[in-house]
Amino acid sequence: MTDAPLLIVGAAMAGLRTAESARRAGYAGPIEFLGAEAHAPYNRPPLSKELLQTEGHGHDEVAFPIRSALEQDVTWTLGRAAASLDAERRVVTDEAGDEHPYRALVIATGLRPKPLPIPDHGLTGIHVLRTLDDAVGLRSALRSGANVVILGSGFVGCEIAATAAKNGCAVSVVTQSAVPLERALGPELGGEVRRRHEAHGVRFFTRDGLFGLVGDPGVERVILTSGVMLECDVLVVAVGSDPNTEWLDGSGLDVSDGVLVDGGLRAVGDDGVVRSDVFAVGDVARYPNPLFDDVARRVEHWNLPTETGKRAGQLIAAHLAGADCEPLAAAGFAPLPSFWSDQYDMHLLAFGMTYLADRRELVAGSLDDECVVEYHRGDALVGVCGIGMRSLVQSYRSRFTVPTAAV
Amino acid sequence: MIKIDVDMNKCQHYGQCVFEAPEVFQLNADDKLEYVAEAPDEMLADLEAAADVCPMQAITITRA
Repeated sequence: MTDAPLLIVGAAMAGLRTAESARRAGYAGPIEFLGAEAHAPYNRPPLSKELLQTEGHGHDEVAFPIRSALEQDVTWTLGRAAASLDAERRVVTDEAGDEHPYRALVIATGLRPKPLPIPDHGLTGIHVLRTLDDAVGLRSALRSGANVVILGSGFVGCEIAATAAKNGCAVSVVTQSAVPLERALGPELGGEVRRRHEAHGVRFFTRDGLFGLVGDPGVERVILTSGVMLECDVLVVAVGSDPNTEWLDGSGLDVSDGVLVDGGLRAVGDDGVVRSDVFAVGDVARYPNPLFDDVARRVEHWNLPTETGKRAGQLIAAHLAGADCEPLAAAGFAPLPSFWSDQYDMHLLAFGMTYLADRRELVAGSLDDECVVEYHRGDALVGVCGIGMRSLVQSYRSRFTVPTAAV
Repeated sequence: MIKIDVDMNKCQHYGQCVFEAPEVFQLNADDKLEYVAEAPDEMLADLEAAADVCPMQAITITRA
């Protein structure tokens, strides 16, 4: 099986960065991508913003360039989801029944949006947003004057709300939270985000949920648990995501919440043993980050697929060259999450894991203009977020360090 | 030499690139991105890293 490829399941950003990194670290052998989406890797942030409001924009506008290192000996099998993994035989079987043997496997299957939490009765007009195809479908529905109801007030929900409002839609946001972005940013910044949305005509129904849908064949009204009834031409479900790991059931890996990996991005079995030839990267991977603590988490921020891919690529190249991977794996993996969001003329930029905080402190500016908020857990800085003031927010990067006392 | 091109219609001045290649990318006093258009070949890895972390994918790196 020495001719079997490095098999990367999931042809998105994390898989792409893993392949580039493995090449950079010296792996010159074959690479195969097996991806459920029909598209080559592309950048997702514009899906809720530029691409959602610009008719005619498609894959060309968001595709990642394929670097020269990946022009040789790379096979792309797209539009084909993985169905199962036999880790003993080192074979992935796809949904068509074809087998894909590997020398090393990268699990990069990402997330999918959680579905509508109530029965949809087959109604049309219900959308989620994760893929390019989702965005193109939603774009045609967000026409001026449409009644748009967004379930969920995280980053995806808030960005869609802003884009829909700019498109001239009548936008309502329904959320179980007290303010939008409450879990990510806390009540102070969340309250300010709400105020800015309301200034653009967006209505909020907080501490509320979806009770029922009315319409035939398309959704026409939604009924909230509070009893409020809203006109609704377009219902967007943005209530978080689930990891795509069903295909790994029975593989012997720990997939209790995404794929558990060690600091070298190597998959951990449900027996607790690290698999030297199976890696997981991107949104689907769950790993500890010593910048914060020793709890393994899935973290859904844009820079982490790149960070995990680059790290995994180094270990993959070492493993496939027959080198000892333990020193590399023991070097620790402590990527600083960074995230940002554009809504109207508001530019949020943040570093760290703000949602771990038990205390927040406004340290510069004022909430209704530009500002910087620090996030603390006990005595430790765990995050920072700014509206504007990017140079100041950037200057915090060096303040996130692994405690030297940590063993 | 490596040629650096930033599509300023796409750039939102997040400054992620600044951390990867501070010799080439900087945020000025108004928090706007400034960059130099050419760099030596040995900076290729840093510059590709800067292009990778751009949320808007506005940075193009070419070897001249």
